[in-house]
Amino acid sequence: MLFIKCPYCGIRSQNEFAYGGDATVKRPELNKEISDKEWDDFVYNRKSPRGKHLEFWHHISGCRQWFKVHRDTATHEIFKTLKPHEEL
Amino acid sequence: MTQEFRLKDEGLIDRSKKISFKFNGKKYFGYEGDTLASALIANGVHLVGRSFKYHRPRGFYGAGVDDPYALVQLIRNNETIPNIKATEQELFEGLEAKSVNCWPNVNFDIGGINNFLRIFLPAGFYYKTFMWPKSFWYRIYEPFIRKAAGFGVVTHEHDKERYEHKYEYCDLLVTGSGPSGLASAYSAAKNGAKVILAEDKPRFGGSLLTSEVTIGNQTGKEWADKIVTELKEMPNVVVKNRAQVFGYYDHNMLVMSERISEHMPKTEKFMPKQKLWYIRAKEVVISSGSIERPIVFGNNDTPGILLSSAAKEYMKVYGVLVGKKPLIFTNNDSAYETAIEFKKNGINPIVLDSRKELNSDLITEAKNLGIDIKFEHVVVNANGYRKVKSADIAKISEDKTNLGKIENIACDCICVSGFWTPTIHLASQSGGKTKFNEDIDAFIPSQSKQNETTVGSANGIFNLNDTLKNSFEAGYELSKKITSKENKLSVPAVVEKKNSKHDKFWCVPLPKGKKYKRFLDFQNDVAVSDIELALREGYRSIEHVKRYTTLGMATDQGKTSNLNGLQLVSNIENKVVPEVGHTTFRPPYTPVSIGAIVGREVGKHSKPTRKSPMHSWHEKNNAVFVDAGLWLRPRYYKKGNETLFDASKREAENVRKNVGVCDVTTLGKIDVKGPDAAEFLNRVYTNAWLKLPVGKARYGVMLREDGIVMDDGTTTRVSENHYHMTTTTAQAANVLSHLEYYLQIVWPELNVNVVSTTEQWAGAAIAGPKSRDLLQKLFPETDCSNEGLPFMGFIETKLFGVYARIFRISFSGELAYEVNVESDNGNFMWEKIIELGEEFKIQPYGTEALSTLRIEMGHVAGSELDGRTTPFDSSLEGLLSKKKDFIGKRSLQKEAFISPDREKLVGVVPLDKKTSIPEGSYIVRDANAKLPNPKLGHVSASCWSVEYNNPFSLAIIKDGKNMIGQKLFALSPLKKKSIPVEIVSSHYVDPKGERVRS
Ligand SMILES: [Zn+2]
Repeated sequence: MLFIKCPYCGIRSQNEFAYGGDATVKRPELNKEISDKEWDDFVYNRKSPRGKHLEFWHHISGCRQWFKVHRDTATHEIFKTLKPHEEL
Repeated sequence: MTQEFRLKDEGLIDRSKKISFKFNGKKYFGYEGDTLASALIANGVHLVGRSFKYHRPRGFYGAGVDDPYALVQLIRNNETIPNIKATEQELFEGLEAKSVNCWPNVNFDIGGINNFLRIFLPAGFYYKTFMWPKSFWYRIYEPFIRKAAGFGVVTHEHDKERYEHKYEYCDLLVTGSGPSGLASAYSAAKNGAKVILAEDKPRFGGSLLTSEVTIGNQTGKEWADKIVTELKEMPNVVVKNRAQVFGYYDHNMLVMSERISEHMPKTEKFMPKQKLWYIRAKEVVISSGSIERPIVFGNNDTPGILLSSAAKEYMKVYGVLVGKKPLIFTNNDSAYETAIEFKKNGINPIVLDSRKELNSDLITEAKNLGIDIKFEHVVVNANGYRKVKSADIAKISEDKTNLGKIENIACDCICVSGFWTPTIHLASQSGGKTKFNEDIDAFIPSQSKQNETTVGSANGIFNLNDTLKNSFEAGYELSKKITSKENKLSVPAVVEKKNSKHDKFWCVPLPKGKKYKRFLDFQNDVAVSDIELALREGYRSIEHVKRYTTLGMATDQGKTSNLNGLQLVSNIENKVVPEVGHTTFRPPYTPVSIGAIVGREVGKHSKPTRKSPMHSWHEKNNAVFVDAGLWLRPRYYKKGNETLFDASKREAENVRKNVGVCDVTTLGKIDVKGPDAAEFLNRVYTNAWLKLPVGKARYGVMLREDGIVMDDGTTTRVSENHYHMTTTTAQAANVLSHLEYYLQIVWPELNVNVVSTTEQWAGAAIAGPKSRDLLQKLFPETDCSNEGLPFMGFIETKLFGVYARIFRISFSGELAYEVNVESDNGNFMWEKIIELGEEFKIQPYGTEALSTLRIEMGHVAGSELDGRTTPFDSSLEGLLSKKKDFIGKRSLQKEAFISPDREKLVGVVPLDKKTSIPEGSYIVRDANAKLPNPKLGHVSASCWSVEYNNPFSLAIIKDGKNMIGQKLFALSPLKKKSIPVEIVSSHYVDPKGERVRS
């Protein structure tokens, strides 16, 4: 079980959190004409890297804030956690 | 029965407490402090089971967790527990155990024939033979193998035992209470660290219980006792025996199973059997010790052959002799301790040492005691079937390839020592790297990944002086990092015997012309010849060899077999062991009962139960409940002998005719507040929200980004910047997370907050033609007319002094209202509704009637919005705004989503107007078509239409609307039904929606 530092609450066990997917994906702006390919990249296409991955987690049984986790998918090492609009 | 093999006064057992127990139906006696194994050996019982593949007789090979043999079926408290290790099970009064894996019994075992047929059962035999022909597997092979193989029997009864879970945090977790564990725990605890010390055996001290050493001015055991006593008194230390740390997981989370009451008869009802500890440790000291290795020779699995350290432990801890004519076979000094111990107890052992004659403290002591030592000698083969009777021994050449003349000597046990293997399981599980240490022919931990330090013999350090020095140092350094204290203890002086170098020898060659079976893995019957065969057949990776031969795959996880297996593979492959590498160590280190993993989360405790504030009223009024997620909802209110069908029909009819009331507290409710709330809803829902006035509700549908319908519900504008959103019961939590995602991540510029208010409100839906009359009685001061409170209207008012909200919304298709009051007033509201509704013939209705009403109205719910349907599929396209963008809109342009082939919502009526259509039925054109019958779609929900008094279903079928009027079939292979049906509109009742507006 991972030990995750919520940027708002501090370090808690993984069972308080829900995984929320790739944090590098940006939703296309509303009302913008985009190609099927751009839309598919947003909705479906994901890399599945072995190694460093920036991802969203949701402190679902805590403060209910979404935040970013920079994690190694192979070793589970967590390098850093950030608020949603902080950059690495 | 006399305990013929019990020593007079040696050991740590309590001879004043005699304990009776039964093994295979026969009564025996032992003493308090015995294990089942030690008590059986004391009674001369060495045959306890049969091996897995060849059903060869099995005795005891170890004295603890390392034993690969002695699995028994335990009967405790009238419950039967499979695969208990006799070497770990403590004896208690009335204990009952049975052999496993033998049929019909342990002395005469049919499967033993496999032993004589073993030429036909080489490695991979099961893969090669029993897979072909395929049809034979189910009928012939599998039933036979099931009966003849397998270990214990799992009961089909519910496990009545209690298991508990505990979460704990500490600075330092120490896994094992041998000298290294005690020293590190003590040193860290004295430096202020919060320490947990775990020992899997009942007694603390590890090797100090059986070794002849002095620490300070005390014996090893005295020193261990003193340290443990002191640790137990320290407030910053938790000391646990019978506690096995079996798994090392991510981020220094370790899991430990503690045996709370397994070792005693059950007396207290609520006493847990086991406790599972989840421990998050800042640092871990792995002091798990080492396990003696076997030496491989002919028939080395015969009962009576065991590890030399186990023989010593049986004498020194349990006061039991494993035999009276012992043969000791070793390649190192430590077996001499066993020989000396025999000698001290009046038994004359013979020692066979594979090494050239040499001297060391121990060998000299043995010589001085007059022990018969044969250097450069080995055991070639053991004779005896159920128990070893004699050994063929021979002189061996210096290069260990040639055997001299074979001699037969009588013996009743053979104590084997092939040197020591560090127990690196936890270190390896932690993700750390291992390295091969040439000096000890074994792997030790090298580079750590997590905060873990391995000390003592687990790290390949086999002398006490260095062990204590390193462990005191480790405890100090690790605690200093955490506590920043510098209270360093001095290391006590040690007197121990110096060992000479061991012999790198692990397998006795076969004499010319002999084909003795030489076993590597004793539990899975993997012999040298099996590994040789696997390599001949081309298996190279050690992971593949393991799976093909099953080496190390049994419940003991190869604790005694791994290294010799690796040695063999490297010999054949002409490699060195580190090139071959070892297989992955995975948790658990020892078997863990499923009950312990599940803990208290069984039955009703497996999840929380949510009840509405009106729950007790429902109970009192004969509600039959149904699980709706975590909620308990009334399914129907039973009157007399009514069935579910009768009751739900009555309730639904009453709604259509008079008025009914339904508890809708479980609906998800979310407050959406802020100046940008309207804009936010406009993006979240598919329809337009910017112009909804205060005091009005609107039905909305939300999509996922992939265009699939996520949820639906009504949202009401309570005030300028305040909306009250409702979701379905099932999707409440998902919708909240979804909204938070968009507000926090995607559109943080929107000034909106959302919070769940589900538990704040009690809700009652009042539905039926007489609902307005009832409402007016409930709210006499409020204008409840069609003008005062129109369809989709909302007002805040008082219900006999209690704040209330009225929403004119309908799920049933009837004129209907939903009244919300604060949860605490829920029961008051409900009772008022029932009381004042009496004159209008009100009846409460449950989820079954609720379903009936919505199905015949063609309202979609969870069974249609099943995560596969788009708004087009579910007849919700009218709610798609063309003017604005919203979540998931772009997906709806995709070709597959607008394909005419998509399955769409329709209604289905059986032609005979009598036969109900099972939910899940397929809709097909031709009931008798060749299989697979092309499927047009499926029936999502069925009811008995109370409006028309015949069955009605909703279905999602290809080309939906164009199929209306067609005569098709509903097939339910499961219920063996084929029903001629007609496709109709999904809006079966009141298609124009006049009633809700009336
Ligand atoms: Zn938090």
